[in-house]
Amino acid sequence: MIATKLTLADVHVGDTLPELAYDVTATTVVLGALAARDWRPMHHDHDFAVNRNGVRDIFLNTPNQAAWFERFLTDWSGPKGRLGRMKFRMKGSVFPGDRMVLAGTVEDVTTDDAGCGWATVLVRLTVDGDVKTDCTARIALPVTDDDNPWSRHGDQWRP
Amino acid sequence: MTGSVPADVEALIDEVQYEEAGEFPVERGYIYTSCASVENGNPLFWDDEVAAGVTGGPIAMPTMLSVWFRPHHWAPNRTKQALPLQVHFDLKERFGLPEAVMTDNTIVFYEPVRPGDRLHTRQILKSVSEEKTTKLGTGRFWVIDVEYLNQRDELVGVESYTGFGYRRGEA
Repeated sequence: MIATKLTLADVHVGDTLPELAYDVTATTVVLGALAARDWRPMHHDHDFAVNRNGVRDIFLNTPNQAAWFERFLTDWSGPKGRLGRMKFRMKGSVFPGDRMVLAGTVEDVTTDDAGCGWATVLVRLTVDGDVKTDCTARIALPVTDDDNPWSRHGDQWRP
Repeated sequence: MTGSVPADVEALIDEVQYEEAGEFPVERGYIYTSCASVENGNPLFWDDEVAAGVTGGPIAMPTMLSVWFRPHHWAPNRTKQALPLQVHFDLKERFGLPEAVMTDNTIVFYEPVRPGDRLHTRQILKSVSEEKTTKLGTGRFWVIDVEYLNQRDELVGVESYTGFGYRRGEA
């Protein structure tokens, strides 16, 4: 039996998630791009990023940012938290030397017609207070200690 | 140059394109590397007992969907450079826009992806804007959906990308 870290009853609109701060290096960017099998040069080639893309350095790619958001959310929810949907808006790039900060606020808490509990969380990735990416995530949480969103399939899973 | 959407591009909207199988089965090495890249210690990906109890066995990080269809950087006997999200590159070429960025990305997750799964994908162009000028340059926005299915044709996810293809503005 896996302990439930967080149930829907523990979560309320306006709750904030524990902040995650991380110092981005060139290794962070390149490792993230290669883990995502993203071979495009702006994620590993400084000269290409500067002289072709017109930005100051290589920068985090989108799939790796998604992975950072997933990690941030499931650090909070525990392993029974199951992502249903994530929507990103990229507003600026994240470069080596940046200290990125992920912070989240619960915007909605609901139970759908199939009985699945959901929290909607607005996550902001900022650098020096500037929002680089917004992510609105819908994550399923157990409604009781013995509930498990991962057991839902077909029409019982409505992300 | 015209700002309207040409008929040949309009005709592609909502049409299924580029139905493709992944080049290799879902495998744990990339799952570990992806977890390591973001320092994700979720035991679902590291502890088989936890995975068995919660998800019925090991799974991939849900956000890894696109990993499984990105082509190898090189492969023997390949005569044409393989590009992920080919519709995006088709539009860049069609409109003569050398640069592009992704501005929005929505991912919806369905059945979990598991080691050994063979995924296949299909791309669907949803919309193309008229010409617009932003601080990056002048170009067009477009929205492309990528649907992911497993070997049982179960939907495992849908990614929706908004891209902006552009020519850099004059300094």
